[in-house]
Amino acid sequence: MATRDSGGGQQHTNRQADEVEEVAAEGNEASDLKERHEKLSEDVDSLLDEIDDVLEENAEEFVKGYVQKGGE
Amino acid sequence: MGIETEYGVSVPGQPNTNQMLASSLVVNSYANRTSSSGSRARWDFEEESPLRDARGFELPREPAVDPSAPANEDDLGLANVILTNGARLYVDHAHPEFSSPEVTNPRDVVLWDKAGERVMAEAARRALTVPGSKPVNLYKNNTDNKGVSYGCHENYLMARSTPFGEIVRNLTPFFVSRQVVCGAGRVGLGVDSREAGFQISQRADFFEVEVGLETTLKRPIINTRDEPHADPEKYRRLHVIIGDANMSEVATYLKVGTTALVLAMIEDGWFSVDLSVDGPVAALRAISHDPSLKHLVTLRDGRKMTGVQLQMEYFEQARKYVENRFGSDVDPQTADILSRWESVLGRLEVDPMSCSRELDWVAKLSILEGYRSRDALAWDSPRLELVDLQYHDVRPDKGLYNRLVERGRFDLVVSEDEVTRAMTEPPEDTRAFFRGRCLARYPQQVAAASWDSVIFDIGRDSLQRVPTLEPLRGTRAHVGELLDRCATAADLVDALAGR
Repeated sequence: MATRDSGGGQQHTNRQADEVEEVAAEGNEASDLKERHEKLSEDVDSLLDEIDDVLEENAEEFVKGYVQKGGE
Repeated sequence: MGIETEYGVSVPGQPNTNQMLASSLVVNSYANRTSSSGSRARWDFEEESPLRDARGFELPREPAVDPSAPANEDDLGLANVILTNGARLYVDHAHPEFSSPEVTNPRDVVLWDKAGERVMAEAARRALTVPGSKPVNLYKNNTDNKGVSYGCHENYLMARSTPFGEIVRNLTPFFVSRQVVCGAGRVGLGVDSREAGFQISQRADFFEVEVGLETTLKRPIINTRDEPHADPEKYRRLHVIIGDANMSEVATYLKVGTTALVLAMIEDGWFSVDLSVDGPVAALRAISHDPSLKHLVTLRDGRKMTGVQLQMEYFEQARKYVENRFGSDVDPQTADILSRWESVLGRLEVDPMSCSRELDWVAKLSILEGYRSRDALAWDSPRLELVDLQYHDVRPDKGLYNRLVERGRFDLVVSEDEVTRAMTEPPEDTRAFFRGRCLARYPQQVAAASWDSVIFDIGRDSLQRVPTLEPLRGTRAHVGELLDRCATAADLVDALAGR
């Protein structure tokens, strides 16, 4: 960082241009991510409906009853 | 290489079921119906010595540390059979276990591991037809969340000449971090889930030491069991006990593919960097307990990095190694492993949820997060624990992983047709071919078999033992024509003896 700050005027300009580009790239990435996540959560909603249909009844009793002996 | 998986067993509504008997019922139901002849070859224990240590000594046999001893009276008389695909299907302690046949590559591990799941589902289905039996559910997971764990062990054949210290040094940081790719995901923190939350790995909380021989107590990151089931002068079998049982085919493929690459580099003396981690047991848990993947572990050289970055270091080493040793002659599967590994790690850094078509823990977490936001559930909700458990149910209609596949939500590595074939057919390029084909062709005459022998009873004075100590002999190329030619086991034994 220190060496970059001590650079001449020309370098300074270049660096700023780079920074602007970087920010822009991150901006796009973030909105892509958001879109992807929204699509993903719509998907998940319809999936949950299906899972509801196959999940075992009475979750609490079912997981309490799942007791194993040691293996290996 | 090969993989062996113990399945969780439960009879819903009957928590006090004798699990050894339930496991036996499942295994016997499959075995009895499969061999229509009624004759079943037993497992031959003669060459087994699970208490020999890779560091060069042998432990006294004690019931508490003995993983598969025939002398253990609890296991006496329990089901134990060999299948025509070369696998072993048996009851280990209180779990049905499928040990895959020996294979030569990661894709075949996936194939016969998946075949094992289908065998288990079919076995439970057949057990239902036994008069008076209750339905038995089988789960390909690793814990009951009440303090008990059961394993999914990988096995890799290595050159005996590889110094064990090198294996420990280079493999430990890899095992500490590979869970970010092949963790199966778990609801609950601590061996008995005393704290609520989600973690990446099923197994991480059950590991207590860095190196050791035990598999049931004080579990070690590196297991030292030295039982090659092959010529001990030439080979060691690295027994890996730290992995989660994966439903995802990509996860299994990457788990064994990347591990095999790292082992090849160790065998070849490639590592010039030391990636040793400070306090590996604590690091293993800390990485597992942070699904945001931000936790930093400290290396012995002072650097700090995340689990994903540590895997990246291994990936870079592997990429250079393969480039250096094989260049453009690299085999397609190795190239595929490298490319998928890089892609998954890159996406885990940016957006872990983008791996939900490939990785078990990510897929499971996305369902759980869905339930949490839709139904406002806290991490201690039994419904979330049920989702975690039922993800691993082997039934096609009930298992949540299987439902995801049905809906096209998972990337697959092998086709269902291939899996169906692998339930009965052995791999063609290892000794499992000889074992499996002998079982299929001469079911009445195979008295017993094991990884390194097939024993025939052909009505002579003594049993005829055919040793198979070399894992890459007994292949289709080697004995296929001979087996086709020999109509009876007696013909085969005579031909092998040069009579």
